[in-house]
Order: sequence, then structure tokens, then C-alpha cells
Amino acid sequence: MHLILFFIFAALCLAGAVNLLLQTHPINSALSLIVVMTSLAVLYLLLGAEFLAAAQVIVYAGAVMVLFTFVIMLLNAGREERTLGSRAARVVGFPAVAAFLALLATVLLKAHGLGRAAMQEGVTSTDDLSAVLFTKLLLPFEVTSVLILIAILGAVALTRHGDGERSASK
Amino acid sequence: MAQPGIPLAWYLMLSAILFSLGVIGFLIKRNLITVFMSIELMLNAVNLSFVTFAHQWHAVKGQIFVFFVMMVAAAEAAVGLAIIIAVFRARATLAVDRIDLMKL
Repeated sequence: MHLILFFIFAALCLAGAVNLLLQTHPINSALSLIVVMTSLAVLYLLLGAEFLAAAQVIVYAGAVMVLFTFVIMLLNAGREERTLGSRAARVVGFPAVAAFLALLATVLLKAHGLGRAAMQEGVTSTDDLSAVLFTKLLLPFEVTSVLILIAILGAVALTRHGDGERSASK
Repeated sequence: MAQPGIPLAWYLMLSAILFSLGVIGFLIKRNLITVFMSIELMLNAVNLSFVTFAHQWHAVKGQIFVFFVMMVAAAEAAVGLAIIIAVFRARATLAVDRIDLMKL
């Protein structure tokens, strides 16, 4: 059961990621990224992270991707034109990616001591998670809320700044 | 298969492949928004390996780290998309080849 679910959703993940690269229209890329994120939520559930699976769907597949599609539609982003890209990307980038993947693959396939994941084993309940989050890690949690507040203010300031400049130049 | 379940190394391999696809997308995509989406893909890939290692060591802290990464990524997406809107207003284009003011 675990094996079947893993293969279905890992395949969906990879198909979505490859589709993200192949599509030329940003909205299609955004939709395939939603597929990747939702399949990742199922994989989190298989690994026993139930709260993170819910948060992945709500925060990533929900909030962040709605923001992306909203901006794509707001800016009326059209089809991208394919160019050759920079020389640095061709000369350094792609070999570096290939080397990185090969290195990780050899390390992971040779690794000993990595366990196995089975259904309903090692499940972390939201209870356990919140107990640690709100006792030991309360300060980082509160600091993150300030960070998000600053991010909201920054986003508003950035988008308003363009208006001010334009009206000042007129 | 003698043992139940599947090896955790497969999850880590999936995470590594997704990360590499994100890097390739970052390099080949020519639209500012799609480049930004590739960064989100890389963040998600790293989150998957965090969750896998949290399962391996039966540690809650790995999952809490993913929770913080999610919150920071949400903030990053908000600020990044605001920057993209500001760039679009200034240059009227989303093609990364034409946004080259800071290029050598």
C-alpha cells in the first residue's frame, strides 16, 4: 500500500516538476507547481507528518500559489520566449547540477543506517508538534510572526513606491 | 519484499531530483515569475528531505524546522512578488534577459 502510494505520488511530483520546466506559459507552470506541492503533501502524510501535510496544502498549494496566479494574471504575463540563456549557466550551471545530483545519488544509494518508512509508523501528531513548538521554541515562533508582519509591510511599501515615483515624475 | 514499507533513501532521492529540476528550471526559464517558481520548487524539495530525516530519527524538531521554512517561504513569496510587480512597473517586461541593469 505504502509502496503503491509512494510511486503514484512520486511520479506525479516528478511529472509536475518536469512539466513546470517544459511549459512556456507561466500559468501552466503555476498549475503544475500546485500538482507538485499537493503530491508532496501526500508524501508528508506517508512519512507521518500529518500537520505538515495540512500546512503544505493550506500554505503552499493554497496561499502562496494563489498569490502566484494572482500576480501572473495581474501582470498579464504572456508566453515566454526561449533564448539560449547566459553562458555562465551553460558552462558552469548544468555541469554543476549534474555533478551535484550524481554525488547525492552515490552517497544516498551507498548509505547505511537509513531506515524504512511504513504505513502508520512513526506518526507525529499535531499534539506532539505543538507541545514542542509552544514551549521550547516559543521565542522563534513569535519572532517569525514579526518577520511576517515586516514582510507584509515591505510588500505594501514596495508596490506603493512605484505609484509614488510615477506620480512624482508626472 | 521481506520488510514492510520502502527505504527512506528513495524519498531522499526524490528530494534530490526535485531540487536538481528546480535548479535547471532556475537556469533555463526566461520568465521572472517562472524563475521564482523554480525557487519555490527547490524549497519544497529541501522540505521533503527534512521530513524524511525527521522520520528517520523520530525527531519532532525536523518537522518544526519545515514549519518555519514554510512561514519564511510565505513571507519570501509575498516580498518577491511585490518586487516582481515593482520591476514590471519600471521596465514593462518580465523577461530576465531584458532586466540586465545590474549585469556586468
